[in-house]
Amino acid sequence: MEAYLDNSSTTQVCTEAASAISDALLRNWGNPSSLHRKGNEAKAILDSARSAIARKLSCDPEEIFFTSGGTESNNISILGTADAMKRYGNRIVITSIEHSSVEESAAFLEKHGYEVVRLKSDKEGRISEQELFNAVNSKTVLVSIMAVNNEVGTIQPVEAAKKAVRLSRSNAIVHCDAVQAFGKLDIKPASMGVDLMSISSHKIHGPKGVGALYVRGGFNNEHAAVKILPRTFGGLQEYTLRPGTEPVPAIAGFGAAVAELPDTREELSRIYSLRRYLLQKLSAIDGILLNSPEDALPYVVNISVMGINSEPMMNHLSSRGVYVSSGSACSRGKKSRVLKNMGLSDERISCALRISFSRFTRTGDIDMLVAGIRDGKNSIRTK
Amino acid sequence: MNEVILLKNGEIVLKGLNRRTFEDMLVKTMRRRLSPTGGWRFTTAQSTIVAEPLDDGIDLDEAVSICKKIFGFAGLSRALSLPKDFDAILSETGRYLSDELSYARTFKVAAKRADKSFPLASPEICTRLGERLLCDFPHLTVDVHNPDVTVNVEIRDNSAFVHGTQIKGAGGMPTGSSGKAAVLISGGIDSPVAAWMMAKRGLQLTAVHFASPPYTSERAEMKVHSLLEKISQYSGPIRLFVVPFTEIQEQIKDNCREELFTIIMRRFMMKISGSIAEKSDCGALITGESVGQVASQTLYALSCTDAAVSMPVFRPLIGMDKDEVVAVARRIGTFDISVLPYEDCCTVFTPRHPRTRPKLKYVEAAESALQSDKLINDAVAGAREYLIDGKGK
Repeated sequence: MEAYLDNSSTTQVCTEAASAISDALLRNWGNPSSLHRKGNEAKAILDSARSAIARKLSCDPEEIFFTSGGTESNNISILGTADAMKRYGNRIVITSIEHSSVEESAAFLEKHGYEVVRLKSDKEGRISEQELFNAVNSKTVLVSIMAVNNEVGTIQPVEAAKKAVRLSRSNAIVHCDAVQAFGKLDIKPASMGVDLMSISSHKIHGPKGVGALYVRGGFNNEHAAVKILPRTFGGLQEYTLRPGTEPVPAIAGFGAAVAELPDTREELSRIYSLRRYLLQKLSAIDGILLNSPEDALPYVVNISVMGINSEPMMNHLSSRGVYVSSGSACSRGKKSRVLKNMGLSDERISCALRISFSRFTRTGDIDMLVAGIRDGKNSIRTK
Repeated sequence: MNEVILLKNGEIVLKGLNRRTFEDMLVKTMRRRLSPTGGWRFTTAQSTIVAEPLDDGIDLDEAVSICKKIFGFAGLSRALSLPKDFDAILSETGRYLSDELSYARTFKVAAKRADKSFPLASPEICTRLGERLLCDFPHLTVDVHNPDVTVNVEIRDNSAFVHGTQIKGAGGMPTGSSGKAAVLISGGIDSPVAAWMMAKRGLQLTAVHFASPPYTSERAEMKVHSLLEKISQYSGPIRLFVVPFTEIQEQIKDNCREELFTIIMRRFMMKISGSIAEKSDCGALITGESVGQVASQTLYALSCTDAAVSMPVFRPLIGMDKDEVVAVARRIGTFDISVLPYEDCCTVFTPRHPRTRPKLKYVEAAESALQSDKLINDAVAGAREYLIDGKGK
């Protein structure tokens, strides 16, 4: 028996996605750019995956561009807009709790003369709207705010970004890293005032190596509204925003995973009750602190088992077939930037565990986890 | 064209009547390491081993890079094997070394006439071949003191060989020629270097690693596997014992004074390794300790750890600075693996203020609170065994 509770790192591929991938590998393996029937079949796979994603985001299929994943979508967004918006200014506003693919892209620009403002978060891991309004000025070219934080699950006030841009009378483009929110919350970029949105396949039971970028109005057409330049060059694929022969099998899997996503509201209320169940069980154990705010996205629950370092607890759970992560799996071995920003003590940060759910999570998984933590608390020696 | 690899024996040339034994060991090692590349014939003569590829399409560059990691050779080079006919030497040398000579500015010819029946003496070979090369490569000038390229001509009993500048070999003694020893390997920078240095002196390695799950992760153990794989490219196959160490560390933590934790733990490691070493025919232990580096490596602490075992303990890094150790680690390719950030057993439960001047009798008194023999026997019995062979790639 295994309990996989590390779904913010990656998720199990669903059977529908796996069979779509296998079909695309073994039967419809053509190049979508080829004009013969073999190519047309592959092209049809791309179109249907694109439409599935567009339906989910309530946007036009022409506004969806496939990339290699969340990291690349974030990189194109930050670097591509900064490049295209050069003549309007050099100020970029992000938050101090972004994923490293946003943070490192911004840091790269900072080295090349851009001014990067990193909005601090409060002790719940949320940025303040007022600070956002103060930070965005007429020289600002880009505002990037994640929808849901990957380590604690805090939902950010992304909608305020467009307002801040309007108030500042700048032309700034609004980007949102929605990798952790897609498929879990109803996120509609158009109504949120977002120009660019990054999403990823492997966080929603699709394969790794594929993601997408929403670009308002599309790219390289007469409706294009967002100033952005590509970071890779080559053929005409993805309207030249992201050239290179499309990984059709991965995209087929992505599309199938999106089509399988359950109704967001119903699933959310199920996850809420899982979270309540977990917290209630954990409250019976001494010395467990909740690091996620009460109103966080319930899919992510960050806790600290005081006195026991994350690593031995994680190893102990792993030996029992229970999988969680210490902070963010992307920055193994480093102290969590996000928890530090929330003002948590070093002691509490070093004991942090991130538990994250998916639509495959059941109460049995939580029982296994709680039993494992209880047992670990008794057997693992404190520092 | 008949190309071979010439390997010059290192310090075993100083051996007396048993030199043949050492040479046989070298040939055996070469046969094993080169076998994945294809068939080879080895001949030994006059402190040199000639490795001759038997199959077409053997990649000599790959073979050379494998040979560079075999202990016991001072130098090696790819060479052209020719009949002992000076006209052939004159005509083929320039063609064979044309790449090297085209990019050089200066050169010299060095000749060695081992077969004294060859009609030309060494100086004559040098001048006549030098003349010919100057004609063929007019941009070259002769520099006998600091040439860019040395053209070597060797007239041996069975054939003549021509080669360019010789590559440095791995040095040291043939693997296995000095017996077996067991190295305590943690995953840090030092112990792999210590293992490599002793393997270089001809010791065949067995490795002992201590794992303390859940305090240490599976990644820490995987790291040790990769480190040993690198070392085994030089030392040949290594037997690895992974010893379960959690129980012992917890017992020490629960029953002994905090400041003695490290020294008692080290003594347990030595005793367990000693027992494994005896069982696997090893005559010594190897550690990566260096005087004064950390609390467990002071003179006092080292004498306490030494007292835990009866066999000799080799500490090749004892007088080296960290940067000197790092330089070796980089050269043999273990550094980048060593610095991966996984906790190893040495950093679990580290006391805030470890005793730097432990006295043996107090340490032994503290240990009496533990059922040492049982703990050690259980640990030895629970060890998992692996065979690690990096195949010289």
